[in-house]
Amino acid sequence: MQSGHQEQQSHATHDDHGGHGAEHHEPGFFGKYFFSTDHKVVGIQYAVTALLFMLFGFSLMLLMRWQIAHPGQAVPIIGELLLRIHGADMIGKADNGAVGVISGDLYNSYGAMHGTIMVFLAIVPLLTGAFGNYVMPLQIGAPDMAFPRLNMMSYQVYFLGGVTMFASFFIPGGAAKSGWTSYSPLASITEASHHPNGQTFWLIGMVFLITSSLLGSVNIITTIIQLRAKGMTWMRLPFFVWAQLVTAFLLLLAFPPLEAAGVLQLMDNVFGTSFFLPTGLMVSGVPFHSAGGGSPLLWQHLFWFLAHPEVYVLILPGLGIVAEVIANNTRKPLWGYKSMVYGAMSLGFLSFVVWAHHMYLTGMGTRIATFFQTTTMMISIPSVIILTTLLISLWGGSIRFNTPMLFAVGFLPMFGIGGLTGLPLGFNASDIQLHDTYYVIGHFHYVVAPGTIFAIFAGIYYWYPKATGRMMNEYWGKVHFVLSMIFMNMIFMPMFFQGLAGMSRRMYDGGQTYAAAGDMPGLSPIILGLNGWIFVAAVCLGVAQIPFIINFFYSMNYGKKVTSDNPWDATTLEWQTPTPPGHGNFTKHIEVYRGPYDYSLPGQDTDFTPQNEPGKPVPDIHGHPVHS
Amino acid sequence: MDIPYTVERRPDTGLYNAKIGVWLFLASEVMLFGALFSSYILLRVGANPGTWPHHWLDWRLGGFNTIVLITSSVTNVLAWASLKLNQWDKYRFYQGVTIFCALLFLGVKTYEYVDKFHHYEIVLKDGRIADGHIQPDETTVEKVVVEGHYVKEHAELMDVPPTVVHTKIEIPRSEIVTMQNYGPAHNNFTGLYFTMTGLHVLHIIGGILVIYMLWGPLNGMWKTDPERYTNRVEVAGLFWCFVDLVWIFIFPTLYLL
Repeated sequence: MQSGHQEQQSHATHDDHGGHGAEHHEPGFFGKYFFSTDHKVVGIQYAVTALLFMLFGFSLMLLMRWQIAHPGQAVPIIGELLLRIHGADMIGKADNGAVGVISGDLYNSYGAMHGTIMVFLAIVPLLTGAFGNYVMPLQIGAPDMAFPRLNMMSYQVYFLGGVTMFASFFIPGGAAKSGWTSYSPLASITEASHHPNGQTFWLIGMVFLITSSLLGSVNIITTIIQLRAKGMTWMRLPFFVWAQLVTAFLLLLAFPPLEAAGVLQLMDNVFGTSFFLPTGLMVSGVPFHSAGGGSPLLWQHLFWFLAHPEVYVLILPGLGIVAEVIANNTRKPLWGYKSMVYGAMSLGFLSFVVWAHHMYLTGMGTRIATFFQTTTMMISIPSVIILTTLLISLWGGSIRFNTPMLFAVGFLPMFGIGGLTGLPLGFNASDIQLHDTYYVIGHFHYVVAPGTIFAIFAGIYYWYPKATGRMMNEYWGKVHFVLSMIFMNMIFMPMFFQGLAGMSRRMYDGGQTYAAAGDMPGLSPIILGLNGWIFVAAVCLGVAQIPFIINFFYSMNYGKKVTSDNPWDATTLEWQTPTPPGHGNFTKHIEVYRGPYDYSLPGQDTDFTPQNEPGKPVPDIHGHPVHS
Repeated sequence: MDIPYTVERRPDTGLYNAKIGVWLFLASEVMLFGALFSSYILLRVGANPGTWPHHWLDWRLGGFNTIVLITSSVTNVLAWASLKLNQWDKYRFYQGVTIFCALLFLGVKTYEYVDKFHHYEIVLKDGRIADGHIQPDETTVEKVVVEGHYVKEHAELMDVPPTVVHTKIEIPRSEIVTMQNYGPAHNNFTGLYFTMTGLHVLHIIGGILVIYMLWGPLNGMWKTDPERYTNRVEVAGLFWCFVDLVWIFIFPTLYLL
């Protein structure tokens, strides 16, 4: 990822602490980029792969939005290509003879894979695999992760999982079609004539991804517990590290039940068991051949036991990134650091007892629903605490509005909208109206798309100079931010209105059949007309990412060179390494003397005091020097 | 570059890295098997009355295997303790017993699996159900031969009394409506039995491979870095004892309840 010149530089800086002979031979191209155990290379591998998957998941969504906005019309430009990939079963002809109409089955595949790819192959790997790997060991002053080879394996297994998911598009019957939630019995009866089918690939892919996340989370937790530098006590950890720690625990403990569920569903689909298939199951009017006695609810419990903590996996590291960027650019300490840490821990614990709020309408019973409604209201408290502390942290700061800061500040209201619109979904009375409508889609996309993805962009712009030694272009970064902000809202805001009007999230024609259903009060043309606007906004959002993509690659070799190892004047330890850091990270002894956000400390030469600076005595309120 | 605390303990935590790593891994394993046990509870509680089988597994074989696994855990700990006392030969002996026990366990398990796959429930055209072990040598294209007994209704098979007399039954294929062995697809009990024990067997195989590799092919590290070698044996042993513990939960759940 770095230019050859910088590679040499960084190796030169690291020659002096060698002395292990055999360990220090120069690895070849494959050794350096594919079989590297360096946490920074693994982090960059994760970042590039996951960004590509994010682009792929986004393209799937564009095709779906076309279908919703223009049902029955051929996809322009790439219609022929789609026909070649998916075959004539999946791609039809429009009335005017153009090739490229997406079938209902294919729409379902796109929907299932969009969700799966975005959650498991793009966002989580970016947050924990890329940022967790690259930044966390640097921030705690560690030479690498505790288990470097496991770290390498974690990426390779993730990559295998991605390949499995991607390959499933090209097998007979196509990729999984039962939503990213893969509810049984739907997931067991879809494409049951093909074996192995898309669902089998999905399950095997998930087993790879779960294994990868297991290896990653064991590594992250062990590293944070064991490899903190001298003096790096728990309350001196940057908030990002805390977020990674809680996230890793969620991944460690919430993913295995999904693995168990995946194994059980694999048994159902491949070996003919009936764990999730009820007695008397009929498919297209014919009794389904199985022993019966299974419980579809069981799948949902096991699935959401993972997938709710997963929501916090998606948001916590994002909050961590935003906290780092905000502290750095307001030039003052985070307001309420301890509240944030305890808030993150409470989020972690509570996230294990809220899962069934996804299941209010399954008939699991009102008493259980009441319990989960209560816990769901409780979990909103720590979320609001963290968001509020971030907001108050802005107060009175002399804020530098550079690109990372713009994304971080943009994150706050977006995550706020996403979070607050979740409250009506958490109450089971109002959820009856809103369940399975576009309102839900709007809600969780506000959390993850303009929320977490903005945090990811903030992180990329912020740590890019550390990873490459060059800055990304500020002007195009700002263009990227403004356009993304506008179009994200144009996409997701109308969904709330569509949802409140009762538009179901599952209709592949965008609700037109429903609107035309005779005397039934259908959806108004205004509500349906929004589909067209959303499609246009989605295309514009795609175009708005072009400056980012060019900026990302162009700046690697041609960006403005950083003049110091600490271009943002930051306090945390990752800026105390050479740029880019070589294998082993630090070239000097690191000892930590202070908390993570000592900005604008009185009596110092600069407005930032790095964690490893003993610093000068801080004067008390009367101006007398006092040791901090 | 060296990673700190790979062998020596970090003073404030008192642990070396791999030990924390393996405990975290075991925590995740608890959740994995915990989800399977929860599924067992949900499916069993939700089953219609009279459809959940009892005494389909032989508690004597399960009990024997329980003793075998507990023995292997004990010898495993003794092996690690011998290394701590610098007694290499004792370590080799004790860990050898561990490996032997693991293989014995797998042997008994194989016997049980084969037995279940040979056990058939055959519904005849006259409404009777023949239930018993197929005799592969005598079964031909025309007839099926089982060593078993007849029942009138499927429900009777849910708890067959041990006093039932098995005889050799010959059934012409033309008389058979359906025929299904006691494999995973038979019902949710056999499904859970094969899934839970199957996953457990995979853990046994993985664990014993690591223990064997350390015991045999890779034992050179004892000469070069004895402390690290002992740590590896300890970490593998923690996993092994966990796998043993899982069986201690599986055995009563599936064989006795």
